[in-house]
Amino acid sequence: MSSVKDWAAPNPVTENRSGIIGKGVDRYEGKLKVTGTAAYAYEVEPPSAPAYGYLLAATIAKGRITAIDTAAAEASPGVKLVWTHLNVPRQARRGERINPRSQRPSNPALAGDRIEFFGQPVAFVAADTWENARAAANLIAVTYAAEPAVLDFRASLDQAEMPQGEEDVLIGDFEGAYAKAPAQIDETYFSPLQNHVQMEPCATTAWWEGDKVTVHTSIQMVKGGQHSLAETLAIPSEKVHLLTRYIGGGFGGKGQAYDDLVLAALGAQALGQPLKLSYTRQQMFQATIHRPAVSMRVRLGAEPDGRLNAFAVEAITHCARSAPFVEHAANFSRNLYAAPNRLTGHRLVKMDIPHAGPMRAPGEAPGMLSLECAMDELAEKLGIDPIELRLRNEPDVDPETGKPFSIRQLTECLNTGAQRFGWSRRNPKPGQVRDGRWLVGMGMAAAIRGNFLLPAKAGVRIDGTGIITLRQGMTDIGTGTYTILAQITAETMGVTMDQVKIELGDSEFPPAPGSGGQFGAATAGSAAFEANMNLRKALAELAIGDPNSPLYGGDPTYVTFGNGNIAIENRSESLATLVSRAAPEGVYVEGAISPAADARDYSQHTYGGHFAEVGVDTVTGEVRMRKMFGVFAAGRILNAKTAKSQVTGGMIWGVGAALTEGNVVDNRYGSFINQDMAGYLVPTHADIVDLDAIFLEEADDKANPMGIKGVGELGICGAGAAVANAIYNACGVRLRDFPMTPDKVLEGLMAKGL
Amino acid sequence: MKTTITVNGQARSLDLDTRTSLLDALREHLNLKGTKKGCDHGQCGACTVLVNGERINSCLSLAVMHDGHEVTTIEGIGGEDSLHPMQQAFLTQDAFQCGYCTPGQICSAVGMLKEAAENWPSWVTDDLDGAVALSDSEIRERMSGNICRCSAYPQIIAAIRDVAGEVA
Repeated sequence: MSSVKDWAAPNPVTENRSGIIGKGVDRYEGKLKVTGTAAYAYEVEPPSAPAYGYLLAATIAKGRITAIDTAAAEASPGVKLVWTHLNVPRQARRGERINPRSQRPSNPALAGDRIEFFGQPVAFVAADTWENARAAANLIAVTYAAEPAVLDFRASLDQAEMPQGEEDVLIGDFEGAYAKAPAQIDETYFSPLQNHVQMEPCATTAWWEGDKVTVHTSIQMVKGGQHSLAETLAIPSEKVHLLTRYIGGGFGGKGQAYDDLVLAALGAQALGQPLKLSYTRQQMFQATIHRPAVSMRVRLGAEPDGRLNAFAVEAITHCARSAPFVEHAANFSRNLYAAPNRLTGHRLVKMDIPHAGPMRAPGEAPGMLSLECAMDELAEKLGIDPIELRLRNEPDVDPETGKPFSIRQLTECLNTGAQRFGWSRRNPKPGQVRDGRWLVGMGMAAAIRGNFLLPAKAGVRIDGTGIITLRQGMTDIGTGTYTILAQITAETMGVTMDQVKIELGDSEFPPAPGSGGQFGAATAGSAAFEANMNLRKALAELAIGDPNSPLYGGDPTYVTFGNGNIAIENRSESLATLVSRAAPEGVYVEGAISPAADARDYSQHTYGGHFAEVGVDTVTGEVRMRKMFGVFAAGRILNAKTAKSQVTGGMIWGVGAALTEGNVVDNRYGSFINQDMAGYLVPTHADIVDLDAIFLEEADDKANPMGIKGVGELGICGAGAAVANAIYNACGVRLRDFPMTPDKVLEGLMAKGL
Repeated sequence: MKTTITVNGQARSLDLDTRTSLLDALREHLNLKGTKKGCDHGQCGACTVLVNGERINSCLSLAVMHDGHEVTTIEGIGGEDSLHPMQQAFLTQDAFQCGYCTPGQICSAVGMLKEAAENWPSWVTDDLDGAVALSDSEIRERMSGNICRCSAYPQIIAAIRDVAGEVA
């Protein structure tokens, strides 16, 4: 196993001789996306005309199906089949795993008469057209026996339990230190249930050739999807060819397969015809996963100079009764601020609503909304600038584990951001800046998000024309994976971008874990880097061993790659010349990365600082963004353009979390009140004004050979708290219940007599 | 029901279910899959196309209502080797991530520039009868029917601003 020390040596990417690394090159697949020719899962052309599927969803939260009448649907025009739990083809039992190495177990659809959440698929129709399938599905009559269900999270907080296998982290004497603290903050913050709202609904196109099924599906994890389907169908995983070339947004919500995958496969098999099945927008809200609501109690005990002596962050969250998931909303706080006496932990309420699961920066995204507002409250109480308060609590080593940080530029992020944003313009006294009917204020927050490296592989081939093709069972969900892999390949092999091809999203390519947890670039990129380094070795050996090469007999340690050539000093030839002559069939090698044995000896994170300026309408309570600026430190940046898009996108998610986004369970039925994009309000163009971000120079040599880290989730972490703190600075209304909609703001303004 | 729609300059004769939306006619019957289905309820804008030069949500319109109409989809705006300036600007400014809302954003932007050039007022236009100066807030307001969950909004505005500058 490798050591992080092995990664400190210079390599082609860190040397960056041609300068491709870091450059804001256009997206590799960009032309396909701006011309509409990138085929997403529902758009892939099957070998023959497809049938169309449609799902019918349950309309109770908990209970069972007592009768289901499909006669009218079966007699409806164009209908090819109607399945319910009574006649769906045999699937493996839920959770079963024939192959112990499968990453995911069986996940059958229409598996029984039990209803576990409103929106659970209960019937499936396939017809000659989508219109006929939809019409028929709506003719199915389902009779339910409903049972009492736990639906109200806020009313169920007293039922919260310690999650299985977890315990609180208690360091020092929190209660004693807190009781004696000269300055105390004890507040509870609420972050609501949120939905991913990916633009592309989950969809699958499936067909069979003999005993092998091909599925094009919208999923972030290739192997997980392939294994899940293979286990559900009880067939070997090599009989499932899963492809996911373009994905219309994931954000964690497509980390797993839903019923479209297995029903499309089963339907195509039963009909002997390709089949396409998509979730509707409403089904995306109800029948996929969501970020659970979080109630966070934060207690801060500080000295008069702001130094924290006691620190507690306790989260209560919820999950579906049958699908354990913990939103680890307190975890981030374990690495953020120094305090000798600490308490952090989580409690879980089991409910009868759709499954909770990961959504962009699970843990940090809702969690930082609490602590970063509490720090603002403490700063005001003590009369200390909020940035200064954070700097006074900057730890030398990880405050929980005592491990050294691999690199930590939080201070630099905050100081640089303050200067660039113009923090000195802020009046620390709230409610002092007026612009007509608007009150204007500024707020800030810190950002932290862990960095990860998972095992991954990649394969790379060079052909006789010098074209280098990198293949990986990785995904690009809009994150820029195609592009950064092309940059890594071009720089490592010393060729231009147009000599590189990247092929992703195929279960028959060398596996990578997929997109999630902002581990994608570091993980897939490092495997791609290793594959290219192996190709350099293979080509060096090829040239040195070939009497017809000008490099023949040379010393492999002096071989260099650049300008499309392989060289030893002034002896060189082009890669195309070498390969077409010495290996006309091409050269293919693979490479792999895995975490270093000593990687966990370091506390490793990405950091940032958020700065926001808002206007609060004193008449309506509406909050409008005026300006937002973020400064981030996330290792070496591979592509200035795509990385910035990731963090600004994340910041805008923070604006949504602060101002508009939230769903509510209808306590009568267990459905979500907001089931579409007219009810669940994500930010739009008009909501975002003057928003920008920069990255600090950084290379984290403890992270991976290239010193890169993830950026996909960092931007959202803390962003909403900066907005909330700006609202307080603007108008003096301190809200602790996200999102800060006009009704709540107005109530606060009226209470203050404004 | 027999319907003839001119799509990207070509007359296309179709025999359609009257329930088929213009969006589904394009995607499922004419194999023009660049137009995207995001919500099917006119809320997200991913299905935006130009009908007789004006932008509409194609999911909210039945195909048979468009007999004799001229429809322009993203495929008609420009291809890989013949990018429209708006497509090139989206590429240059990194005005998309996952790409699913992108064809709708681009069609909407092209239609929006024409509306502004014809001095159609918007919610943020001060003088309803005057010339429209295409400020950033005008662009934002006029593009707000097109949601981008990846939130490439600053980059999209920059791309449209680039093209609007060229046109003006």
